[in-house]
Amino acid sequence: MRGLNILLIALEAVRLNRTRSILTMLGITIGIASVTLTVGLGLGAQQQVKDQIGALGSNLLIVSPGSSTSDGVRGGFGSATTLTRADAEALASQEVAPSVAGVAPVSSTSQTLIAGSTTWTSQVVAATPSWQQVRSRELATGEFITDQDVADRSRVVVLGSETAQELFGGRAVGQSVTIADTDFTVVGVLESTGSSSETSSEDDTVLMPWTTAATTVGTSVSSVSTIYIEAASSDLLSAAYQEVDAALSTRHGTTADDTADFSISTQEAIVSAATSTDRTMTILLGGIAAISLLVGGIGVMNIMLVSVSERVREIGLRKALGAKPAVIRSQFLTEAAVLGLAGGVLGLGIAALGAAVLPRFLDQPVQLVWWAVAGSLVVAVGVGLVAGVYPAGRAARLSPIDALRHE
Amino acid sequence: MKILELTDVTKTYASGELEVQALRGTSLEVEAGEYVAIMGPSGSGKSTLMNILGCLDPLTSGTYLLAGRDVAHLDEDELAEIRNRYIGFVFQQFNLLPALSAWRNVELPLLYAGVGKADRKERAVAALERVGLGDRVGHRPGELSGGQQQRVAVARALAGDPAMILADEPTGNLDSRSTEDVLSLLDELHWAGRTIVLITHEADVAARAGRVLHVRDGLITDLAVAA
Repeated sequence: MRGLNILLIALEAVRLNRTRSILTMLGITIGIASVTLTVGLGLGAQQQVKDQIGALGSNLLIVSPGSSTSDGVRGGFGSATTLTRADAEALASQEVAPSVAGVAPVSSTSQTLIAGSTTWTSQVVAATPSWQQVRSRELATGEFITDQDVADRSRVVVLGSETAQELFGGRAVGQSVTIADTDFTVVGVLESTGSSSETSSEDDTVLMPWTTAATTVGTSVSSVSTIYIEAASSDLLSAAYQEVDAALSTRHGTTADDTADFSISTQEAIVSAATSTDRTMTILLGGIAAISLLVGGIGVMNIMLVSVSERVREIGLRKALGAKPAVIRSQFLTEAAVLGLAGGVLGLGIAALGAAVLPRFLDQPVQLVWWAVAGSLVVAVGVGLVAGVYPAGRAARLSPIDALRHE
Repeated sequence: MKILELTDVTKTYASGELEVQALRGTSLEVEAGEYVAIMGPSGSGKSTLMNILGCLDPLTSGTYLLAGRDVAHLDEDELAEIRNRYIGFVFQQFNLLPALSAWRNVELPLLYAGVGKADRKERAVAALERVGLGDRVGHRPGELSGGQQQRVAVARALAGDPAMILADEPTGNLDSRSTEDVLSLLDELHWAGRTIVLITHEADVAARAGRVLHVRDGLITDLAVAA
């Protein structure tokens, strides 16, 4: 009953000073709208990156040769390469690494492709048939390299979507392409991975059976540049990591981390690297937005102080009629909280509108999540309350005689 | 039964370096149902006395019994409760809240007493009928004449059914017709058994009361020595 009365008195005060209340709320409204939108944009961007990278194969481990290889002078065929095809075969064994679902060793070399009068330079990847599954790539048309192709050293290639577009413009499957003076038949074209700059190079590639590559473009038969490994599930990713690390350490005779001649990275690491930029931006923009919220709070405090000095006589009268200091204090605190809440609700409305409209202009999704919305409201009311403490305290401390005498 | 009992009350204000003694050992008794006027020129300690009687200001020394209760040594919360229950204020400036209608102004003391909403409205409307404004309950102060506004203020003083009505220059802002209007209302309330303490500096207003006290230099002198 008491609380309800105080709320009604406060609501009435807000209603009676309508213009001033709206102007006061504006600060909080803008603050809440910008904080909510910034957080929403940041979350949207992070989700976008996660989606794109997840599409490349979410359970992927990437094994690369250690830095020791790049230290040495590049000495042609004799130069040391630490990852071998034998390593890959060992990792594919269920006994060595039971959490591993697929292994795809690759080597690559840059080559000039010729199709009729068109030339195009691209990375030629010496791949195994397992590549498609491990990298979880789809074919747009045609088929992928088969075990038979590897055994026969077939002169076939699978092209990335961009490569196919550059060389043939239209239909590529069945066409012929010349690489290192050898004619190859295009048997398939990969589905595009998307338009993001981080992944666009994935679409400019040429895949051929590794046996064919060894004889035509001169990639090594024994050593490989990267081994892609697919874990059986995302839950088994860390188990797979441990197994691969242990197996390779044993095979290479390296035990301590600092002597390891290989490194393993996960998609998780790539995702976090990509999202950390977005996160930094979100924190930066969110910080600026939070400052505008702070300014909004100071606005509320300012207006509440003006309100208290304007209503000195009213406060004196209420006290003379029996309002205790605590009641006066709660009346003004409630008023400030109501202003905060109303400003917050209005701000969320604007944020919702922005979330609906912004993606059309920015090509950026905006994610409004329930915890950000609920958090915004709590913060809005909190800012109102904090801003109200000082003015409400002043109102409560006013002596009724001085207040009544005030002109 | 005594409603008011002030004994040897002093009140000292610190005004910078100077100590101003506004009341110097004032004693005063008011019986239930009495109509007492307190007169005095400005600076006589009249306002200080009014503030102390209204429990708006603590006393420096002495005792003050209001309806048998010692109110000299209460804290702010307790004083608020005493004001709410025992005193009905009528001010020179009316002090009505301009945004609220007549009955919403009248219900304020009941609101702070914790009376339920339906009850509040009923008692507020009854008080307005009592002062002859039964047809103005929904009007705001701005839509009422000065005399009517002061009658709303009297209704507000009556609404909580206090032990005493404390009127501080209630006619100070009114023309002669409205003054008569308000004074006859106070007469009526007196005849109906209300205790009224009226503070004024006008002799013809004070003359309506049953007893007139003079305050001079912080002391109360009896009516016999009126100048």
